[in-house]
Amino acid sequence: MDVKDIIKEENLVYGKTKLLTDNIMHYCPGCTHGVVHKVLAEVIDEMGIQEKTIGVAPVGCSVLAYNYIDIDWHEAAHGRAPALATAINRLYPDKYVFTYQGDGDLASIGTAEIIHACNRGENIVVIFINNGIYGMTGGQMAPTSILDMPTSTTPYGRKVELNGYPLKITDLIAQLPGTCYVTRQSGHTPAAVRKLKKAITKAFENVGKKKGTSFIEVVSTCNSGWKLSPVKANEWMVEHMFPFYPIGDFKDE
Amino acid sequence: MTEEIIIAGFGGQGVLSMGKILAYSGIMQDQEVAWMPSYGPEMRGGTANVTVILSDMRISSPILQEFDTAIILNQQSMDKFEKMLKPGGVLIYDPNGITRPPQRTDISIYQVEAVEEATRLKNAKTFNMIVLGAFLKVKPIVKLENVTKGLEKSLPQRHHHLIPMNKDALTRGMELVKQIR
Amino acid sequence: MADYKLMKGNEAIAEAAIRCGCDAYFGYPITPQSEVLETLMARKPWDETGMIVLQAESEVAAINMVYGGAGCGKKVMTSSSSPGISLKQEGISYIAGAELPCLIVNVVRGGPGLGTIQPAQSDYFQSVKGGGHGDYRLIVLAPASVQEMYDFVNLGFELAFKYRNPALILSDGVIGQMMEKVQLGSYKPRLTNEEIVARYGSWATTGKTHDRPRNIITSLDLDPYRQEQFNLKLQKKYREIEEKEVRFEKIACDDAEYLLVAYGSASRICQKAVDLAREKGIKVGLLRPITLFPYPTKAIREMLGQVKGILAVEMSAGQMVEDVRLAVDGKVKVEHFGRMGGVIATPNEVVAALEEKIIKG
Repeated sequence: MDVKDIIKEENLVYGKTKLLTDNIMHYCPGCTHGVVHKVLAEVIDEMGIQEKTIGVAPVGCSVLAYNYIDIDWHEAAHGRAPALATAINRLYPDKYVFTYQGDGDLASIGTAEIIHACNRGENIVVIFINNGIYGMTGGQMAPTSILDMPTSTTPYGRKVELNGYPLKITDLIAQLPGTCYVTRQSGHTPAAVRKLKKAITKAFENVGKKKGTSFIEVVSTCNSGWKLSPVKANEWMVEHMFPFYPIGDFKDE
Repeated sequence: MTEEIIIAGFGGQGVLSMGKILAYSGIMQDQEVAWMPSYGPEMRGGTANVTVILSDMRISSPILQEFDTAIILNQQSMDKFEKMLKPGGVLIYDPNGITRPPQRTDISIYQVEAVEEATRLKNAKTFNMIVLGAFLKVKPIVKLENVTKGLEKSLPQRHHHLIPMNKDALTRGMELVKQIR
Repeated sequence: MADYKLMKGNEAIAEAAIRCGCDAYFGYPITPQSEVLETLMARKPWDETGMIVLQAESEVAAINMVYGGAGCGKKVMTSSSSPGISLKQEGISYIAGAELPCLIVNVVRGGPGLGTIQPAQSDYFQSVKGGGHGDYRLIVLAPASVQEMYDFVNLGFELAFKYRNPALILSDGVIGQMMEKVQLGSYKPRLTNEEIVARYGSWATTGKTHDRPRNIITSLDLDPYRQEQFNLKLQKKYREIEEKEVRFEKIACDDAEYLLVAYGSASRICQKAVDLAREKGIKVGLLRPITLFPYPTKAIREMLGQVKGILAVEMSAGQMVEDVRLAVDGKVKVEHFGRMGGVIATPNEVVAALEEKIIKG
């Protein structure tokens, strides 16, 4: 059996979804963005909704998300993705519109936009990457940085008296009647990735059923920003992030 | 013909809508019109005034510092606008609530006791039409039939039953107005 | 007799939006332009033409909704007044940077800061010279009547789509709040989604189909050389707009020895000032820029052999006067007259300023 036999179609056990482009990702090795991008692309592909899906990318590490998934995209201003998605969803009610936002984008500068889009029950999917740090700008404190977490703007760790409390924005979002599905997932193990894919699939199905806003938080790592190896970053996340940001559904109506 | 009018009083007296009806009447006889209100945070009870211009020509400035006619419905407006009448201009006022009557001798001055009449008719809403009637008696710049047409255009259909009442009020204003000077 | 309606400038904006086939309006209340959103909500155009109207949570959100709507090829707009327009500047810069068509209306009030709610023309620099960050221009239309408020909605959209560039109607509290008679146009149908794909499918995010590469709406390009090329392309577009889209009106200019230059509501005041000055024997004309970008530079230059002096009249500390001076290039005297903070100059004050600053001075 030579190489040509091995790569025959019937011998394939795994393939990259064709919706992921061949562009080399700029994400750091070990970053959760790559996992979430792949799962997202697979869901869109498997649901057969490429022609009907419009993504809105944020400002942050995933600002270039449009380079990696082969659908139509908008690149929003920092924090404003839900406002763009609102308009696109209202103007094309039969499309599948989603935002892809980090913690600085969604939970800091864009707090007003995300709260109001969810409160209006915009028929969209929100994918919220929470790694507790600003990755792109070089590891500064995020609204979701946990207490005592060192960042470049909290070099001695986040302190309540100086920086206030980490914001559990997903807990807030779950209170809003416009949301139909609010969940917190991760992507650090094969099992977690499978659950994440189920969650993203459900969220897109909710759009098809016009149920309102589906919101998926993905507790993520930023090994560069955290200054840890990818493996250590996963361990740190499990040990320190999960107790504060427990995995599970908030709401599934 | 160009007629530049200021109508001034309290908010809630129907100052702005009187101006609107006048402007609509001008449109009905194919004139150019402009209606420029004062606007501000004050709502009921504050001062309100509106400049109305009717002309056979293209209207230039909607912001004026002198007027052909001033229709004055409270003391603050008297203090402000009496001096802004052109020499030979017309001042029409309701003496109700006026403590310092107009002083100028180079203008024509008319009174209409519209508050009193509206009270007598037990219909405060006719007040501004009584005043408009007084103005149109003094300065018949728009035909009564065009005022009616203007009312039909400017009022929503559900208020059209009020038009006869408004016409009666106009006529009352025409009868009541009297020249002081 | 044509069928005229008596309308406020703000109401005319709303009515024009519905009738010109606008797809969506996103706004936030602020005096003195709230009637735009109020009129649209009362008219319920979603029942009539399918147009969407949404009260956003902020001016920031509203302009970003416009950014989203414009990116997918729809005819979308917003309106606000000065402080709200300041909030929108980031979004406007993104829209210009992504080369998207849209319409923005500014019913200007006096500033700076919260300022006043009375009319002013102190947002000229912001509208014409940039406003937000980066080298971009808006197509700026300055209506001087309620009829023009109505007409410029359609014109603004046409220019915006022709050049894929945001257009701005620079109005103020006078034109927004004033009522005049307006001749309404007939209804233009909204484009269907299929028509949008046919016309704008090369760039609009209408959903990626197999016959084209994915469309990406972005203003980001991290490569400075490509970003420079993009900027050069933008500049070329702006030069073309300057070449082809200048609009202005001349009043009583044929025999004029002096010239007033004023736009919008100040031009109305100047029209009366021209009449008053001519009654006194002063031969003065008025040049009214209708487009502020592109500016009628050539038209002003052409008056130079004829006039002895120019007075720029604005309800500001003197902003447009800089463009008049650039056009004149020192060849005749140029002065500014204006009132600020929401005070409106009267025609008599304009005549007095002309006599004092230009004729005597």
